[in-house]
Amino acid sequence: MDVLTTPLTAFSQYFSKSDYVLALPMILLTVFALGILMIDLMLPEEWKRLNALTALIGLGFSAAAVFRIHSLLGPEVSCIPGFFGTVVMDRFAVYFFYLFLVGAAVAVLMSVKYLEIERENHGEYYALILFSVIGMMAMACGYDIIMLFIGLELMALSTYVLVGFLRRDQRSNEAALKYLILGAFSSGIFAYGLSLFYGLTGSTNLGTIAQGLEKRISANPNDPVVIFALLAVSTGLLFKIAAVPFHQWAPDAYEGAPTAITGFMSVAVKSAAWALLLRMFLFGFYPLRALYVPMLIFVALATLTGGNLAAITQTNTKRLLAYSSIAHVGYMLLGLIASDGTSNTTGIKGIMFYLLVYTFMNLGAFAVIASLRRREIIGDDLDDLAGLYKKAPVEAVLMLIFLLSLAGIPPLAGFYGKYFIFLSLVETGHFALAGIAVLYAVVGLYYYLKMANAMFMREETTAEPVKSSPSMSLALAICAIGTIGIGLFPNVFIELVNWSMSGANAATIAQLMH
Amino acid sequence: MMPVATTFFFYFLSIIAVVSAIVVITRKSPVHSALALITTLLSLAGLYLMLYAPFVAAVQIVLYAGGIMVLFLFVIMLVNLEKAQLEERFNKQWQVALIAVLTLGALLIFIFEKGRSVFPQTVTNFPENTNTQVIGLLLYRDYLMPFELASLLLLVAIVGAVVMAKKRV
Repeated sequence: MDVLTTPLTAFSQYFSKSDYVLALPMILLTVFALGILMIDLMLPEEWKRLNALTALIGLGFSAAAVFRIHSLLGPEVSCIPGFFGTVVMDRFAVYFFYLFLVGAAVAVLMSVKYLEIERENHGEYYALILFSVIGMMAMACGYDIIMLFIGLELMALSTYVLVGFLRRDQRSNEAALKYLILGAFSSGIFAYGLSLFYGLTGSTNLGTIAQGLEKRISANPNDPVVIFALLAVSTGLLFKIAAVPFHQWAPDAYEGAPTAITGFMSVAVKSAAWALLLRMFLFGFYPLRALYVPMLIFVALATLTGGNLAAITQTNTKRLLAYSSIAHVGYMLLGLIASDGTSNTTGIKGIMFYLLVYTFMNLGAFAVIASLRRREIIGDDLDDLAGLYKKAPVEAVLMLIFLLSLAGIPPLAGFYGKYFIFLSLVETGHFALAGIAVLYAVVGLYYYLKMANAMFMREETTAEPVKSSPSMSLALAICAIGTIGIGLFPNVFIELVNWSMSGANAATIAQLMH
Repeated sequence: MMPVATTFFFYFLSIIAVVSAIVVITRKSPVHSALALITTLLSLAGLYLMLYAPFVAAVQIVLYAGGIMVLFLFVIMLVNLEKAQLEERFNKQWQVALIAVLTLGALLIFIFEKGRSVFPQTVTNFPENTNTQVIGLLLYRDYLMPFELASLLLLVAIVGAVVMAKKRV
C-alpha cells in the first residue's frame, strides 16, 4: 500500500495497484451498466423495475470504492496521480464523485414510477445513467485534455439519448435533436480550442499546458492565438453549464426530457460541467486569469439577467426551473470571479457548497413535479400545481421547502450557498457585483413564490389524485433531509467542502510550479 | 538506406489523388464515383507511407478503403440507381462553394508560410521501424484510460442508436 502514500512521484514504467484502485469506481459502474443491459433481455415486463435496483447497487459499490480512495487521501496526501498523469485523484475529484453518485441515485429512484407510467421501462435507461456517471467521473479526475474531452463526450452522448428516451412524445424527440445538434457544435468548438492549446504547448497534460502558457503569456500578455484558444474552450465550457449567451438549449431540453432526467441534468450533469470548468480554469489556464476574469464578469451578469428575467414569464414549471437553474449558474460564476482558489478560497468553496446544496434542492423540486405525472396528465404546467396543498399536502409542503431553499431563505440550505458567494465578493472588493447579485436574488423570490402561490392559494383544476410510490417517497425524503439538514447543520458540510478544497488548493500550485 | 520518398513519387501519387477526386464528383454513376474514391484513398495511403507513417497508412487502407467504402457500396445498393443518375451533378451553390474553397486554400497557404513563428516547432522523428510501436505504447500505456473510455463511448453510441431507432423495444 505504500505506493499509494507517496505523493507526486515520478510515474513507474508500468501500471500499479494504485492505478487499479483509482479506476475502481468507474470499473464497477461499467460492470453494472453492462450487467443491466444483459439482465434486461431476460426480465419479463413486470420485473423491469429490478433494473433500477441493479443500478442502485452499482452506484452503492462505486460509492464504496470512492470511499476507499477518500480514506487514502489522508492529511498528508493531497492527491494520487495515476495512469501516467492522465488521472489525478485529489480531494476535489472525490468530492465531485460523491455529488454525481448522489444525484444519479436520486434520479434513478425518481424514474421507476415515471417510466412505468410512460410505458418506456427499458433497462437501457438505467445503463445510460451509469455510463454518463462514468463520463462525469472522468471529467472530475482527468488531468489530460484527451481524457477530459472523452469523459465529456461520454456524459453528453448518454444524456442526449436519455433526453429523447420518450420516443412517443414529440417534445422529447425535439428536445433531444436540438440538444444533440447544439451540443455537438459546442463540443466541436471546445475540441478546436483544446487542439490550439496542444499546438501552443506541445502537451496534452494540464500541468504542462499551464507551464507552457505561463511562459508564453509572460512573453506577450495579449497573445492573439492564446486569446482565441481561450475563447473557443470557454465557449464549450460555458455552453455545458448553460450560461447566457449559450443557454438556449437548456429550456427546450429540460422541458422535453423525462422529468427525472431533467433533474439529473440540472444537478449531476451540471456539477460535472462545473468540475471540468474549475479544473480547466484553476489548473490548466491559471496563468491566463487576467484574461478570463473580465470575460466571466460579462457572462455572469448576462446569465443572472437572462435567467432571472426570463423565468418570471414562464408558465411551464420545468421551463421555469430551467431558467432558474441558469440564474443559479450566474451566482456560481460570481464565485469563480471573486476567488482564484489560492489567495482567496471563499468563492471556490462557495461554488462547491452551492453545487452540493443545489443537488438536493433542485432534485427535490423536480421530484415533486415528476410525482405529478399521472396517466393522461403530464403535470408540468403551472396550473397543474394549483391546489396541490389540498390534494397532496406532504408534496406541497416539501415543494415549498425546496422553492424557499432555491430562493435562498435563511434556515434552509440554499441560503448558505448564496452566503459564501456573496461573502467572497465582499472579501475581494467586488461590491457592485455583490449588490447586483442580491437584487437578482429578490427577483428570484418572486417567481419561486409564484409557484408556491399556485399550490397554496389557488383552487385545484383537476380532481385526479396524486399517488406516491415507495421509491419516489424515498427520493423526496433524501432531498428533503439534505435540504433541511444542510440548513440546520451547515458546519458538517462546510468541513467536507474545506477538506476537498485543501487538497485541490495544494494541487493547483504544487503541480503547476513543480 | 536509400529513401524511396522521391519527388517523383510525391507528384505521381498526388496527381492520381487529385484526378480521381475530381472523377468522384463528376461521374454520373455512383459506382464509378465509389471506385474513384478508393483510388484517392489508396494514393493518400501511399503519401502517408512517404511521410514515414506506416501505421496511418495501414489504417487508411483498412478503415477507409476497406470498411467505410463497403458502407458506401451498401448505401449505393439501397438507393435507386436509375433515379440517382438523372439527378443534377452540381447544384446551384457551386460558385459560392468555389469561392469558399479558394478562400480556405489561401488561408492554408498563408498559415503554412507565416504560422511557423506562432506555434513552437516540435520535430518528433522516430526511427522508421519503431513508429507503430510508439503509437502502441502511447495508446496502451500513456493514454490507456482515455482509450478504454473511448470504447465505452462507442458502446453508448451503439446502444443509443438502437434505443432511438428501434420501433418497439
